[in-house]
Amino acid sequence: MLPEAIELVIVTPTRQLLRARTQEVTLPGANGYLGVLPGHAPLMTELGIGELTFQGATESAPLSVIRGFAEVLPDRVTVLAETAELAAEIDLERAEAAKARAEKRLTAGDPNIDWDRAGVALERALIRIQVARKYRGVPADSR
Amino acid sequence: MATLLDFRRRIRSVKNTQQITRAMKFVAAARLRRAQEAALAARPYAKELTRVLRSTISRIAEPQHPLLARRPEERVLALVLTGERGLAGAFNTNLLRRANEFFRANQGRKLLLIPVGKKGRDALRKAGFTLIAEYINVLARVEFATVREIANLVADLYAKCETDSVYIIFSEFKTVMSANLTVEKLLPVDPEQVKEATAEPSSAQVEYIYEQPAEQLLDRLLPRYVESQVQRAMLESSAAEHAARMTAMESATKNAGDVIEALTLHMNKVRQAAITKEIIEIVSGASSTA
Repeated sequence: MLPEAIELVIVTPTRQLLRARTQEVTLPGANGYLGVLPGHAPLMTELGIGELTFQGATESAPLSVIRGFAEVLPDRVTVLAETAELAAEIDLERAEAAKARAEKRLTAGDPNIDWDRAGVALERALIRIQVARKYRGVPADSR
Repeated sequence: MATLLDFRRRIRSVKNTQQITRAMKFVAAARLRRAQEAALAARPYAKELTRVLRSTISRIAEPQHPLLARRPEERVLALVLTGERGLAGAFNTNLLRRANEFFRANQGRKLLLIPVGKKGRDALRKAGFTLIAEYINVLARVEFATVREIANLVADLYAKCETDSVYIIFSEFKTVMSANLTVEKLLPVDPEQVKEATAEPSSAQVEYIYEQPAEQLLDRLLPRYVESQVQRAMLESSAAEHAARMTAMESATKNAGDVIEALTLHMNKVRQAAITKEIIEIVSGASSTA
């Protein structure tokens, strides 16, 4: 018999961010987004940088998730994120500033920069901005 | 003989000290609560991570990873977690004594030390050890960025074969009154220990679909595991330090109270004696003129 709902648990090294019952979760896997419905086969994946959304009876809010792991069981999804924030918590101004900083570093033409790090910083800022905008009802493409 | 004024001055001075120790006690209590909350908040992640790591390790027949590699222990790296400040009773002394025991037990091996906390840094430097890195002013509020930095540094040194094992020496918070001096082996990661740490009979082995090869997951999981171990040690140590300071300041406040009481009693006796003496003088003076 299929379980009726998924228990979604999101933890980060510093806190337990969320525990909720939901019907559907979309995870930002390292190899691309994956949707999870109740009764999913057990699965383990690395997470990339992206947006996590879930549908619940009472709430539905996106989160920004930056790297980590997810364990999917038929009735339970555990997300071990390195960093995760609820959309409402994201400091949009800070993210914008981080984005500008990363862009500047990437386009400055300095051959000595750490490309990986700057790229990740940019990606991180972009996802935060995207998630925060979505929550605030601003179209994501108006940047 | 001490005069009344001397007594008043001393009592006032002890009272001031008592006020300071009392304030420090309250500050330590507040910080202790915060440290305990942080330790509590970090627990679910550590627990889930260990569970995931265990299931991944058990999936691989012969786990191969630089952080799992065992070598004969010729060079030993120790992270020494002490307090940032004094006035915490025997907290720092006890920890350093334990560290010294550890150094003696490892005589003949090359010792590499990384102190975390100012007191340990000062003491180890004074004792003439070479410190390969130091972290100070990081324990008052344990930031995850610092944890990661420390964990990455030791993992890196280990993976590069700069050291053959990594230990962490810290005070584990037990109760407010007592801490456990603990020496834990951080690296190489012992797969058996990981398995034991989360052995729950209820969670049967589940066959997972792996999105990435298990080896790759292991490669990502192990550094996180080291981080969470370092984080736990730092949070425990920080809680233990605040607890030790709280206890020390509480007994200091109590002692100050005792001293004030004794001084007041003495002062009153001296005052009485002075009054009695004056009366006798007046009486004897009056009787002689009469």
